[in-house]
Amino acid sequence: MAGVQVANVSRSFGAHRALDNVSIDFADGGFYALLGPSGSGKTTLLRQIAGFDFPDAGRIAIGGEGVERVPVEKRRIGMVFQNYALFPNMSVADNIAFGLSVRGEPKATIATEVQRALDLVQLGKLGARRPHQLSGGQRQRVALARAIVTKPRVLLLDEPLGALDKALRVDMQIELKRIQREIGITTIFVTHDQEEALTMSDRIGILRDGRLVQEGPPEEIYDRPQSEFAATFLGDANIFRGHVTGNGIRLPDGTTIAAASGSSLTAGAKANCAVRPERIQISTGTARPDSGNANTLKGQVSKRIFAGNNSTYFVECDWQTLKVIVQNTGAERLAEGEPVMLSWSPESTVLIAAS
Amino acid sequence: MVDQLATGSRRGLRPALPLLLPAYLWLTVAIFLPLSAMMFFSFMTDLPLAGKEWAFTLGNYAAFFSQSLYSTLLFASLRLGLEVTLWCVVIGYPAAYVLAKVLKGRSREAIFLLVILPFWSNGLVRIFSWAMVLREGGILDTALNAVLPFKINIDLMYSYPAVIIGLVHSYVPYMVLTCYLTLQAIDDSLIEAGRSLGASRLQVLKRVIIPLSMPGLIAGAALIFVPVVGSFMEPRILGGRTGTFYGTIIEDQFVAVFNWPLGAALSFILLAVVLIILALAAPVLRRAS
Repeated sequence: MAGVQVANVSRSFGAHRALDNVSIDFADGGFYALLGPSGSGKTTLLRQIAGFDFPDAGRIAIGGEGVERVPVEKRRIGMVFQNYALFPNMSVADNIAFGLSVRGEPKATIATEVQRALDLVQLGKLGARRPHQLSGGQRQRVALARAIVTKPRVLLLDEPLGALDKALRVDMQIELKRIQREIGITTIFVTHDQEEALTMSDRIGILRDGRLVQEGPPEEIYDRPQSEFAATFLGDANIFRGHVTGNGIRLPDGTTIAAASGSSLTAGAKANCAVRPERIQISTGTARPDSGNANTLKGQVSKRIFAGNNSTYFVECDWQTLKVIVQNTGAERLAEGEPVMLSWSPESTVLIAAS
Repeated sequence: MVDQLATGSRRGLRPALPLLLPAYLWLTVAIFLPLSAMMFFSFMTDLPLAGKEWAFTLGNYAAFFSQSLYSTLLFASLRLGLEVTLWCVVIGYPAAYVLAKVLKGRSREAIFLLVILPFWSNGLVRIFSWAMVLREGGILDTALNAVLPFKINIDLMYSYPAVIIGLVHSYVPYMVLTCYLTLQAIDDSLIEAGRSLGASRLQVLKRVIIPLSMPGLIAGAALIFVPVVGSFMEPRILGGRTGTFYGTIIEDQFVAVFNWPLGAALSFILLAVVLIILALAAPVLRRAS
């Protein structure tokens, strides 16, 4: 096991800058998600760490050893591919044995290690099958077993759950997390699914256009996004645009939105405020709610989307439509067209520099 | 599942008949009938032309076994087929690999065109142009002597190597095409997966790529081996006196000696031998792929 350090890595393909001076420290034993839209460079970064491609500039170290010019087969990594990439000409057991066998391990060792890996992914009896005889979830497990049986220093996963249906994906998320904890391997996981990133990882790195936008634990990125992109890509957010005043911003019409204190932005500068839809309280009528929240806005429900455990209200205010998510507590639901008051606390409001 | 497939295909046969019929009619007229006639000839003492007397005989087949010349030449032809096939693998497989896995876009199209270019020229023209290259004082001889500081004599004309060169040139595109198709179907991520597991490029080639492209290699080998064993044009023109093979003997029976019954019998013996070889090789090849 080992940590991975990526320092100032850049990579261009022709005129396209796929990675632009990216630095991330992946601590030993952690579970990291690299999150971003397609074309953000997340897969390129994973391929640099794996060694399929070499950076134009910058350093990559695995376990403190510089590897940026070491070919993939010498890096001792394990990789799970999006399409699983199981060898169709080999049985499940031979697929898993491949890494040990090219290394020249004795047959008896290979047999016990393969069985142990099959048991770990709960496919104990399927060793003799061919990959095409397995379901998607089972192939996924074989690919994982094949990647970890060689005891790699780091496990790289390239959108490994993308091809599975929703229910199976949730099962595999739990399974993957269990296996990762059990063997304690540093794991780097590429995904474009924000929910997957939030539920599985210890830390998330958000990439956009080849740059690292923000990096940190899921709670921190969700609660304290540092950019509008981070706020809207990871979860949903209402964005207000205005100019800095005190601890908040003043909107063009003069309304002020108070945010949590501690901002370093200078007064008068262009800035945005982000508020999560589930942090906004909604009450009927036009009277100020007694919640004591500093931020209030009048509005009118323009649309309601019922989703079982919660409802999303689109509330039209004077200058913009806000999204509010209300848990289904059995309380009376608001009708479309109804006048409402919205309120939320400054602590739920994040002040971010305008991009 | 199997039952469903079976009933499905039975139900599917009737509407498919109009689509199948032209091909099968053509095959019947163009191949089955002439071959049947040839089969009939092979049991005759003489051709029933110009009112000649003829009778049924097994003598044409017996001739193959009574004269050792025929079996010697058959073995020489089988060896020729094997050697040409091997050379086609050695030359064609790497080319197919580069085409399928290394080159992309425009350069792939250009190289591909070069591979299939020989198909566009007449076979006889190709062979005679090789004759110009290979003979003493020919293009190869002149060019090498112009470059090299010492005098060498290149006269490959009318030799076994010349026959091999001509045949490999004619048949290597088949190997390139069949291997290209199977290699292209191999997902690049399989190669990457192999390397991520610690395998060198050579190990990935041996354990993943070659096994997965075996169907292409086998198809190419069959497409090459069978016609080369019966080939007569290249051996006759490029081989001269050394170019006497089983195929040239058959040709002689038809165009020179006018002993069609013997030529037909020798052809069917060749067909039988090739079929036996393919049948014997089938289980081995099936395991390999």
